[in-house]
Amino acid sequence: MTTVQLPGLLPELEVIRADFPILSRTGPGGLPLVYLDSANTSQKPQVVIDTMVDHLERHNANVARAMHMLGAESTEAFEGARDKVAAFLNAPSRNEVVFTKNATEALNLLARTIELGPGDNVVITEMEHHSNIVSWQLACERSGAELRWFGLTDDGRLDLSNADQLVDENTKVVAFTWVSNMLGTINPVEDLVARAKAVGAYSVVDASQAAPQLPVDVAATGCDFLVFTGHKVVGPTGIGVLWGREELLNQLPPFHGGGEMIETVTMARSTYAKAPHRFEAGTPPIVEAVGLGAAVDYLAHVGMDAIHRHEQAITAYALEGLATIPGLTVLGPLDAASRGGAISFELDGVHPHDIAQVLDSRGIGVRAGHHCAKPAHARFGVQSSTRMSSYLYTTPAEIDALVEGLEYTRSYFKLG
Amino acid sequence: MTQELDALYQEIILDHYKNPHNKGLRDPFEAEVHHVNPTCGDEVTLRVHVTDGVVEDVSYDAVGCSISQASASVLTDLVIGKKVDDAMSIHEEFLTLMQGKGTVVPDEDVLEDGIAFAGVAKFPARVKCALLSWMAWKDATAQSLEDSHG
Repeated sequence: MTTVQLPGLLPELEVIRADFPILSRTGPGGLPLVYLDSANTSQKPQVVIDTMVDHLERHNANVARAMHMLGAESTEAFEGARDKVAAFLNAPSRNEVVFTKNATEALNLLARTIELGPGDNVVITEMEHHSNIVSWQLACERSGAELRWFGLTDDGRLDLSNADQLVDENTKVVAFTWVSNMLGTINPVEDLVARAKAVGAYSVVDASQAAPQLPVDVAATGCDFLVFTGHKVVGPTGIGVLWGREELLNQLPPFHGGGEMIETVTMARSTYAKAPHRFEAGTPPIVEAVGLGAAVDYLAHVGMDAIHRHEQAITAYALEGLATIPGLTVLGPLDAASRGGAISFELDGVHPHDIAQVLDSRGIGVRAGHHCAKPAHARFGVQSSTRMSSYLYTTPAEIDALVEGLEYTRSYFKLG
Repeated sequence: MTQELDALYQEIILDHYKNPHNKGLRDPFEAEVHHVNPTCGDEVTLRVHVTDGVVEDVSYDAVGCSISQASASVLTDLVIGKKVDDAMSIHEEFLTLMQGKGTVVPDEDVLEDGIAFAGVAKFPARVKCALLSWMAWKDATAQSLEDSHG
């Protein structure tokens, strides 16, 4: 269905699309499915599905505690997934990769285990996903620490003008998103990490939207902790990753108590394993981790640089197309180079829910609402927005379908 | 596909959306509530004024989609001036319609313009939109009655 050729598109887009079985589904009236909700969750390639099925059919057993053939195979697959994720992040050590339930749990783990007290402060930003706001609100309420945040400029970037006042000698944590899930903004990670480092604060990077579309190199960013979720990087749900510098992870107290996170247990007290197992109490999401390993391998095989170029080409094409719709306003930066592939917008006279409903009747899936970023919406005086988000399988023809669908939406609601 | 959309977006609904009835917050009132649909962020602030068991006024300020806005407008048309008991029966009837997954045939004598929402019941994701102001009204009315009794 690709008709337009744009510089930067993945050269074998049809081959990539064929890897994702769900993309051959049709919508209402036999229309082709146009999936533009990948920032919400990505679709899964056959290799991820097959890897998970194969694990369940042939290798299923508990990990690290079953002394038999299947136990050894399952452990090898699970720990192999850790190696793959470590390679995907360019982590100096596999011990730095902690499997969690999702990015939210990884952020809560940090907010629960990093010691805070009265007089300390935590600095976040106004463009965070609720998971990187509420977890720190809770931590500050518990500890008496102060919560601060970077505001946003009118064009949807971080307002760093008061950065020196916000991040001070009492700052313990600077936690921020690499790529905004609502505005699409790509934030200056290295600058923020340097500011945290200068005052001796931990830097926490939410890479939930970055890991799917940018090359992530934890060593190069210099950050202390970074989290992402499996289901947005063509992996399954139920698995996320906390990466942290090994010596820091080993200094943090345990999060959940249980099996596998201990060295030894007596009735009176216990001693704890080192990272990563320190933070992996109980039977982990084994097949999900194995699926995530296959997912990051798949992305690495396509190439994160190539995926990033593809996203930028599609995003630029989408921004051009959306600009032709009367009454449509894009929230966030308007140049594709400084943003990710999620584009939130408003359309005068039609509520996002109604837009999404009309688009759905044409087989086009987008997200409508606050995208778990209510403060960022409030900053721009918007209650909710419609969001299209592309990925490595998105074609220019799908963007054309969206633009036509929006024109149809305007005519359906009689906006001339 | 247009047919399905038209079943959802009945002309009556679009009319109420464009020209909502009884909108705005007014005095006097005995109870005011604020309800939110956490999944989409739709919000309504709603006041009720009840005297001697009669719904004297329902006033509201709301932001949200066409379905939620039109539903608030239809609600006020249906309950203002009714006895609270009768208004509660209408509420029950509307709730039954919305939770019927499209199988309930609405009674126009009771629900009047509310019958236009029969199509909404086939779209599970939109049922909450249609019910937002109705739930707010029931809550506010219950609060106003508690206050007057106690």
